[in-house]
Amino acid sequence: MRTTTVVIGAGQAGLAMSWWLSRRSIDHVVLERGEVANSWKTERWDSLTLLTPNWQSRLPGYGYLGNDPDGFRTMRETIGFIEDYAVAISAPVRARTAVISVRKRGEGYEVVTDQGTWQCDAVVLATGACNLPALPSVSASLPPAIRTLTPLHYRNPAQLDQGGVLVVGASASGVQIADEIQRSGRQVTVAVGEHVRVPRVYRGRDIKWWMDASGVLDQRYDEVDDIVRARNVPSLQLAGFPDRRTIDLNSLTSIGVKLVGRLAGINEGKAQFSGSLRNVCALADLKMNRLLDTIDAWATEHGRDGEVAPSQRFEDTRVEESPPLLLDFARGQVKTVIWATGFRPDYSWLKMPVFDHKGQIRHDGGVVEMPGLYVLGLPFLRRRKSSLIDGVGDDARELSTHLAAYLRKAATNATAAPASGSKRDATGIQALP
Amino acid sequence: MTSATTEKPVNNGVNVEALFGAREALTKAPEAAKFKWRASCEWVKGTQSRSTVDGFYGLGAEQKHKTKFSFHSDHPEIFASEDSGATPVEIVLAGLAGCLTAGIAAVAQARDIQLRSVTATLEAGMDVRGILGADPDVRNGFDGVKVVYKIDADASPDDIKALVAQSQKRSAVYDIITNPTNVTVEVK
Repeated sequence: MRTTTVVIGAGQAGLAMSWWLSRRSIDHVVLERGEVANSWKTERWDSLTLLTPNWQSRLPGYGYLGNDPDGFRTMRETIGFIEDYAVAISAPVRARTAVISVRKRGEGYEVVTDQGTWQCDAVVLATGACNLPALPSVSASLPPAIRTLTPLHYRNPAQLDQGGVLVVGASASGVQIADEIQRSGRQVTVAVGEHVRVPRVYRGRDIKWWMDASGVLDQRYDEVDDIVRARNVPSLQLAGFPDRRTIDLNSLTSIGVKLVGRLAGINEGKAQFSGSLRNVCALADLKMNRLLDTIDAWATEHGRDGEVAPSQRFEDTRVEESPPLLLDFARGQVKTVIWATGFRPDYSWLKMPVFDHKGQIRHDGGVVEMPGLYVLGLPFLRRRKSSLIDGVGDDARELSTHLAAYLRKAATNATAAPASGSKRDATGIQALP
Repeated sequence: MTSATTEKPVNNGVNVEALFGAREALTKAPEAAKFKWRASCEWVKGTQSRSTVDGFYGLGAEQKHKTKFSFHSDHPEIFASEDSGATPVEIVLAGLAGCLTAGIAAVAQARDIQLRSVTATLEAGMDVRGILGADPDVRNGFDGVKVVYKIDADASPDDIKALVAQSQKRSAVYDIITNPTNVTVEVK
């Protein structure tokens, strides 16, 4: 089978790219291993809601039309939203088509699937950033009697044995799961490493509204001091509760959750926690206050002070005098460990030398070194909002511009001289029509 | 990052350009980033010993300090020793203070914050029944370490707190003390 461009993945990223490719009349297919919005359907826990408000899920040519703009979509509503989008834009989705390999073939690419092989000129990887749990190496030393789960397989507290739960990680997944399990009557301990603390609502507006309005989310990857660090910042400690309450370490300890330092080791059946809990909390408190300072300054500068509530600051994270440094699994107080330690993409089917020494795909704002190969939907790909449903559309627009130019050039070269393999960069994208 | 607009350029005596240059170079050449720190030690008498540091390995080659440094350690008279040198646990505190303070100077330089004075006092609690073998439930080491910094600098109190927090985040000795490390001791 032949097409011009193969898009892999029919989530928000692949569909947004499909919309732009259609607008540019670029022939393409969107391959999907399962159904549209597959990860949302099969790899999320029951109570999860989107962390962005309803209004903030603008996809190319599509947006929220309901009467609850500040609410947070349930998983069912999120899936419905993305399914409706796929229908509305008539995306050429090939569902239940698992990609087995992608290889360079001549000037183009060969995409082998369990439903046949595609030849194409360009490939867009839109399979997401959260395919596999990123487990720390200490996870291998956990006593086998302890049950383990990751957020990809956790569904609800009823799945768990009675007894204590250690949640490793205090970013968005970790704190939400800890909150829910503690409320189910199980004692939860959270191992806390570096995290990003923000209030859900600040001065009467959603934190995401502030970040959107002040331009923080539009900050570009070629404008930040240290893009490697920016791409590795943990997810914001946020939940999309219907009452818009804030979730943070203080809200967790107030319902009885215990905090310990980062999980540093497991030796002889005992978990060892870092003595750095106080500092990671201080780092997060200071960083939150700097963000709130930035917001306050922006509000004053843009004459918004009159229309929002007064400036406020929040209590520093409460840390007990001597947090425990050891947890002996043999004592039986903890029956389950949940690894909320982040995720990583799975590119095991990508058979090309495009990875760095840490196994991450090398790209410049989504433009992979291999001409005609693009990646979309990764954290801070081109902007701070790149991994949000609301952010992938702008990235897809710019990358589709680059892709269209690449196809034109390839077509010209095919009739004239051989391809020159010139290096392309972000500035080049901007300059294109 | 804070970018203060001071009249004089900020100078804490730390060459951060060189440090940032090294970070970039070592990101591309991770093998050169692998260092080996070494010390040697000889028993003098009683509870006294003398440790020396001279060479180390880094940037793919053997390196040498400009001079050989030595540390004489002993124990106080109340431990029936001669008190001819610092107690080893005090040398650990000195190591932590040296590491955190160097970090504060470097982070301040990177953030354009002029330091005028930085002082720290450190205190570590210890129940000596552990080392005396008097109670198997008491650990040998510190039961906690408290560090108090007093810093005079051209920055807001929160920016100064952020310096100290960032220094802990990047400190080797802080990491060594707060996290477990496998230690192998052999006899040859």
